[in-house]
Amino acid sequence: MLTLEGISTGYGPVQVLYDLSLEARPGEVLCLLGRNGAGKTTTLRAIMGLLPLNSGRISLDGETLSNLPAHEVPKRGIGYVPQGRRLFTEMTVAENIEVGLMTRRKGAETRERVLTMFPRLRERLTQRAETLSGGEQQMLTTARALCLEPSVLLLDEPTEGLQPSMIQLIRETVETLRAEGKAMILVEQRIDAVLSIADRVTFIENGHARETVPVETLRSDRTLLEKYVGV
Amino acid sequence: MEFGPHLLLATLEGAVGAAVLALTALGLSLVFGVMRVVNVAHGEFYMLGAVLAWVVATAVGGHPALGFVAALLIAPVVAAIIAAIADLTVLKRVDYDPEATIVATIGLLYIMQQAALMWYGPEARAVEPPFNHRLAIPWFEWGENGFEMYYPWGLSTTSYKLFVIAAALLILAGFLALMTKTKIGLVMRATQLDRDTATTFGIPVERVYALVFGLGAGLAALAAVLIVPITQAHYLMGHDPLLLSFIVVIISGLGSVRGTLVAALLIGMSDGIISVFFSPTLAKILATLLVALVLVFRPQGLYGKKPA
Repeated sequence: MLTLEGISTGYGPVQVLYDLSLEARPGEVLCLLGRNGAGKTTTLRAIMGLLPLNSGRISLDGETLSNLPAHEVPKRGIGYVPQGRRLFTEMTVAENIEVGLMTRRKGAETRERVLTMFPRLRERLTQRAETLSGGEQQMLTTARALCLEPSVLLLDEPTEGLQPSMIQLIRETVETLRAEGKAMILVEQRIDAVLSIADRVTFIENGHARETVPVETLRSDRTLLEKYVGV
Repeated sequence: MEFGPHLLLATLEGAVGAAVLALTALGLSLVFGVMRVVNVAHGEFYMLGAVLAWVVATAVGGHPALGFVAALLIAPVVAAIIAAIADLTVLKRVDYDPEATIVATIGLLYIMQQAALMWYGPEARAVEPPFNHRLAIPWFEWGENGFEMYYPWGLSTTSYKLFVIAAALLILAGFLALMTKTKIGLVMRATQLDRDTATTFGIPVERVYALVFGLGAGLAALAAVLIVPITQAHYLMGHDPLLLSFIVVIISGLGSVRGTLVAALLIGMSDGIISVFFSPTLAKILATLLVALVLVFRPQGLYGKKPA
């Protein structure tokens, strides 16, 4: 279980997150909902150790992550699918996957499993990542994160700008991973997607985690959605 | 000498210069590409390589080849270690801020120059080449008696100069293989393309930086060891390679290996040829003019990508 206890952080003198707490449980999808600039992406970046904490603690199964150097965090088993995909664009598909595998010294077996999940990537191994279509790029960034065999997966708007068939594929992938017992934190803007896939939802507003509710609550009662997201 | 043989001679001289320049500029380009650090002290690592080559070769003694091989192995490694230490103690402390690193490397330049002056002295000293046979080059002419081959007076090169060209090509091939075929090359390229994302895949960016800064300095030092039997080791010898490396890197576009090699060939050859036929100053003027034209009409360099 990934736990954030009262973290405060930001970019230089600009504080973005205030005393934010949440937890991601195995076999569960936790969605972060909130308006633009509320601090959803910053929360994920803080988990990855990319932002120094002013206060608070981040831990995975009891081990403190927040005092490790940033490059040690993924080695504990946290895979990150960043917003905008952030592929190594000038490298080939195979090389992008190799970088993922190197993180935790995973080998051919993991590679095979990931490529079986996304057969399209297998056909494009020697292609440069920037020549892939948007959907294929999203597959690659997801595959790269799964090369860590992570126990926790952070997904930042994985369906942004994708066509419906690709959105469906990403969704099925998330469901498969949940069934495998991975803990997932998903940042997603589309309410229907959140309602159909999340187990719990945390509302983030102005850098504060306001409320965490089971998704069933939102399906029956939309007042929270109106309050925090305005829909 | 007639024009044809004269041009061949100038081309050979240019090729030696281009070979050495390619190695030096590649080091500068690598450091900027991966770390976004403009290393003003790059020429001093070149000087350090040459001075160390003399120190090592003198200490070893015996046959010139023995000292040269020792210098070839030791000098670049020592220069790389010094660079890595400079990275960890200076550049890392200023958080690789683009402006601060320029000032910091200017400081490094003076420290290294003065240190060389204090310990090595103001003399220019030569390292003996491991071998140095004069090779006369034949020329062909369509004369009265039909096709003739003869050896024009003054048209010659040395076996060592040809060795420098071959060695530089070998080192470049090795460098390309390192960057494209090995894990450490993959790590360096990933860091170059996206530092944050590299971190989220467990790449220790600061250690990669120290390695890259060392490797860049090592390439410059290696180039200097190759050239020092032809020129001489002197504490102020870093200026020209620095200027020419910057010219190459600006023309090629920063961070592009292929562009760096093409531009080094262009600048090195033209520098050699123009120096032989006209004057070295004219060669520098033309190269600098080319830089100005590139900056005006193609600011991202010939092989650089337009900023998105």
